[in-house]
Amino acid sequence: MQFPVLSVIVFTPIIAAIIILLIPSDRKTETRVAALAAATFALGLSIWVYFSYDVQASGYQFVEKYAWLPQFGISYFVGVDGMSAPLVLLTGLVMFTGVLISWGIDDRPREFFAFLFILATGVFGVFVALDLFMLFFFYEIAVFPMYLLIAIWGWKVTREYAAMKLTLYLFIGSVIALVGALGMYYASGLGTFDMIALEGAGFSAAFQKIVFPFVFFGFAILGGIFPFHNWSPDGHVAAPTAVSMFHAGVLMKLGAFAALRVGIMLLPEGAKYHMSWIILLTLVNVVYGAFIAFVQTDFKYVIGFSSVSHMGLVLMGFATLTSDGLLGAGVQMFSHGIMTALFFAVVGMVYDQTHTREIPKLGGVRLVMPIVTIAFIVGGLVSMGMPGFSGFVAEFPIFMGLWDSYPWIAWVAVISIVITAAYIIRIIGKVFFGKIPEEFKGHLQDVRVLDKVALVLLSAILIIVGIYPTIMVPMVQSGVENVLRLLGGA
Amino acid sequence: MEFITEHLLSLILFTPVLSAVVLMFIAGDQDKLIRWVALGLSLIPLALSIFLWVNFNSDQAGFQFQEQYTWYSPINASYHVGVDGISLTMVLLTTLLTPLSILASFTIKDRVKTYMVLFFLLEMGMLGVFLSLDLLIFFVFWEFGLVPMYFLINQWGSEKDTRKIFGREINARTYASYKFMIYTIAGSLGLLLAIQMIGVVTGTFDLLELYRVWPSISEGTLFGVPVVTVKAFAFWAFVVAFAIKVPVWPFHTWLPDAHTEAPTAGSMILAGVLLKLGAYGFLRFVLPLYPEESHRYALVLGFLAVMGIIWGAFSAYGQTDFKRLVAYSSVSHMGFVVLGIAAAAYAINTQDAAIALEGAVLQMFNHGLSAAAMFFLVGVLYERTHTRNLNEYGGLFPLIPVYGGILIFTSMASLGLPGLNGFISEFLVVRGTWPIFTLFTILSTIGLLFTGAYILKGIMGVLHGPLNKDWIGHVSEINPREIFVIAPLMVLMLWIGVWPAWILNVIDKAVIWFYGIY
Repeated sequence: MQFPVLSVIVFTPIIAAIIILLIPSDRKTETRVAALAAATFALGLSIWVYFSYDVQASGYQFVEKYAWLPQFGISYFVGVDGMSAPLVLLTGLVMFTGVLISWGIDDRPREFFAFLFILATGVFGVFVALDLFMLFFFYEIAVFPMYLLIAIWGWKVTREYAAMKLTLYLFIGSVIALVGALGMYYASGLGTFDMIALEGAGFSAAFQKIVFPFVFFGFAILGGIFPFHNWSPDGHVAAPTAVSMFHAGVLMKLGAFAALRVGIMLLPEGAKYHMSWIILLTLVNVVYGAFIAFVQTDFKYVIGFSSVSHMGLVLMGFATLTSDGLLGAGVQMFSHGIMTALFFAVVGMVYDQTHTREIPKLGGVRLVMPIVTIAFIVGGLVSMGMPGFSGFVAEFPIFMGLWDSYPWIAWVAVISIVITAAYIIRIIGKVFFGKIPEEFKGHLQDVRVLDKVALVLLSAILIIVGIYPTIMVPMVQSGVENVLRLLGGA
Repeated sequence: MEFITEHLLSLILFTPVLSAVVLMFIAGDQDKLIRWVALGLSLIPLALSIFLWVNFNSDQAGFQFQEQYTWYSPINASYHVGVDGISLTMVLLTTLLTPLSILASFTIKDRVKTYMVLFFLLEMGMLGVFLSLDLLIFFVFWEFGLVPMYFLINQWGSEKDTRKIFGREINARTYASYKFMIYTIAGSLGLLLAIQMIGVVTGTFDLLELYRVWPSISEGTLFGVPVVTVKAFAFWAFVVAFAIKVPVWPFHTWLPDAHTEAPTAGSMILAGVLLKLGAYGFLRFVLPLYPEESHRYALVLGFLAVMGIIWGAFSAYGQTDFKRLVAYSSVSHMGFVVLGIAAAAYAINTQDAAIALEGAVLQMFNHGLSAAAMFFLVGVLYERTHTRNLNEYGGLFPLIPVYGGILIFTSMASLGLPGLNGFISEFLVVRGTWPIFTLFTILSTIGLLFTGAYILKGIMGVLHGPLNKDWIGHVSEINPREIFVIAPLMVLMLWIGVWPAWILNVIDKAVIWFYGIY
């Protein structure tokens, strides 16, 4: 039997969480070391999965299937394709760097890491699930610890509000999606939740048109689709740094990915029917999100709204239903995940030193934190789609997809690039290179070595993918072909 | 050896990046070491491009030293580089000006390492534009070059100046760098869209293929719109992006700010090479990809070029800031490049067009030399006097005779004095343009007249008139390092002025082959 690598990846965090909870609460260092060990292990395996995925063969690989509740057609069924393999790697990376930069958490680190890892299990699970029931199962696992992580360790001013808002939004979303999913289960007549079987269920066009919005929006809420996006900036801002990284970096991808896997792949006719107006919503995401980010004065809100804008590009890529658009969206999920994790890490580090996030009050951070500054610049360049960085590799095909489907949307969406450039440059100029305010002089310190490791790792990935897209693009392309097959080569 | 010849272009292109990496391993406080290592490393691309020049066969048609590797397979973009006579000239200009600029930057004391690293990245970006034979790769380098330039202006620009924007006093270099960045990014949006559109329509980004395919698409509709309209839009998208970079009047307003606020070496590269990227864009992309549109809109372009020539010269004459004067002179001189291109676009298959294009390419090279030299000389003076105001200098000739001689020599080259390089190229442009755009050519001579006026104004303000006594003992003669910077430029100016055949021969054959003239 083949080594069940995906299962090991999925369950490593939760087992680690249990072990961590067994460590006495006053042994904080041991807790951290255990967390780092587990994260390193999971990262190592996800790197291994990524690089041993056979792009030529494409399709689902590392598949494992065990009957779970056979009488209801539920099985434990996991596997990755070209679309999800990069996301598994993304999760591994965010988890690893998240642990590194949370080293300094002193308030109940044991519980913090345990919840973070439960969340990680949920996220890994969704990305590899090939069974609809399993997908929901892991999805809920991912949403629930978020509430506690924000409400307990979050920013004191808004944490209860934000945690509540976020959780309610996401639960409503998943309930709506669940309705759609159950509809599919019964309508298929196959008596199974196996998504590969459901792909071939041949739902009638009328059924697909009705059910698709439920499934798509149910998940896309977590992807931050307009007008259901406003839980996300609040959530990002209130969450502690590592959770923001997870939240924007990975969790939003969860929504987009599930919308693709369950919505577009299982209900292709419905997708074709509805996407012509859904793409307008994503356009609002992209442009309006960028404008809102531009006018924020809170550093973290800027990044929060920039996520809304960039996730809009992912959903927009999906909505084109073209090869290029889907390819770009796939790469953008990975690229944005790394980029925004990097951003939130930077914001957290600056805040830890200055205790303010008001952009006008900040300045001169580069004098004490050179690596942090460079990391933010790299992230910023990715964000504005600068060629040579992964953002360009992702956004370019999305726009090509637009030209293939709705050319005029490309004309409007492109405005976001210049707005993004404007707010990113403004932040770089003010926060990092501006004049250092008197009260900070002598009070700021550079970040820890572990923080630097995390930042360098994330920045390097953004640059590598940008310079050498071949490391990721053919894999995503093989995943896209899988989707196109279902769309009937649309 | 074989490895070097087979990968010559990639070596030229990526040596600067490797140099930047090498620099990163030197301790940040070793300023002197960093400077010399940077200078040494920057000579490698120069040596390689001289090697390239020697081995380049100008009689052979087509792009030489081509290399092609997969880069972004799903959308058919590849890393494809190659040179012809036009890009070869520009590569030589870039690799020549970079070491000189680095030598000119030896007075930089603040964060020397970062500064040099940015300079190398900038060099790579510029070389990439000249070498690319793939539309997407071209765009990558085109945009990437902005980043180091932004930081060079923003961090090492002149510290003192302030500007009032919306009633708030801000640092002029902050303003200038922001304007430069946003202006250029916004200008490139149309180019980005047009490139994407071309990619979707033709399914390739390879330039050699696009030269065949794209111009021949002339009938039917694209995206439900007549092809003619789509192409006209795409044409203007390209033109605007390149026109901003050149800059063509009225898109030039970022230039005086950026040039004035940039550090000396930054201005040298900005004027010497960066402006050429725009003109090169016209030559390499606009003319061959849009022959019909170029012909149709050539008059508009020619008009803008003439406006640039005259307006730039007038504005230069009106300045009291020496550096701003030189900056506006770039607008005027680059106008001749665009005028030559516009005339050639109007009548591409004539001998006059060939002459105009040759003049334009040579003018790009010449302006690269003289503008870099002028900005350097302004910088030399500024380092001693800490002012750029022409009214505050006065009668410095007796104090600094050698500098004075060099300044006059360089100014004369810029002015277009026969025997120096500027004359040759401007003559060629005017000669080629005359039969095609007679009226524009006549008007452009007004610009030439005022060139004389502002150049003399500059010389007079600095060197002649009553001696400002404050400078006695403060203004020292140009030093050997500075002479080392300027000497190669002066040699080339004289050389091209006296015997231009060595470079014109290469340009001539490339132009005739590339545009299929005769």
